[in-house]
Amino acid sequence: MTEPNTIRDAIQQAIDEHPVILFMKGTPDQPACGFSARTVAALQDLGAPFAAVDVLPDPRIRQELSAISDWPTIPQLFVDRELVGGCDIVTEMYQSGELAQALGVEQPEGVEAPSGEDAAPRPMGIENRLG
Amino acid sequence: MPQAEELKRRIETAIPGSAADVVDLTGGGDHFRATVTSPAFEGKSRIEQHRLVYDVFGDEVGGPIHALSITTKATA
Repeated sequence: MTEPNTIRDAIQQAIDEHPVILFMKGTPDQPACGFSARTVAALQDLGAPFAAVDVLPDPRIRQELSAISDWPTIPQLFVDRELVGGCDIVTEMYQSGELAQALGVEQPEGVEAPSGEDAAPRPMGIENRLG
Repeated sequence: MPQAEELKRRIETAIPGSAADVVDLTGGGDHFRATVTSPAFEGKSRIEQHRLVYDVFGDEVGGPIHALSITTKATA
């Protein structure tokens, strides 16, 4: 007997049900990764409501999400069931005004990158500081 | 451990006519930023352009390559 793929179904359902949904590491209030934090900052700066899913509690979430989206990294932003991109694309689109357009909100005046245009998206964490 | 030079070479080998600039963001050999210019990106969406770069490394992204930040530019 084949197990129904409940995790994949749940992810697909979440994508279908939320016009703007972000799969991320951690939560919008407590992002657990610099890339997720930058993506949340762009969305929050535009004042666009979005749903968020933390992929960390179960590694299968990330695995199944990448299988659905054909995109290897986290975060992943979906708008109207379409993958918009990860941190790099969302940040580029935020700066160019395309993100506001995609979300159907006003671009704030004098918009700049959430943490500086050319700042490297330096990942948070301590794992690399000892090497 | 993957090195920036190795990643650059692999991208340039795999994507026709591309020029890649790869930086090791942390010096730890697992967080990289790649800026890739190629005529192969012409007419493709950002998602498709970035997928071309991710596809060079397959499962290594998320594995030994913990993070790969990508900027793509189409050139003729």
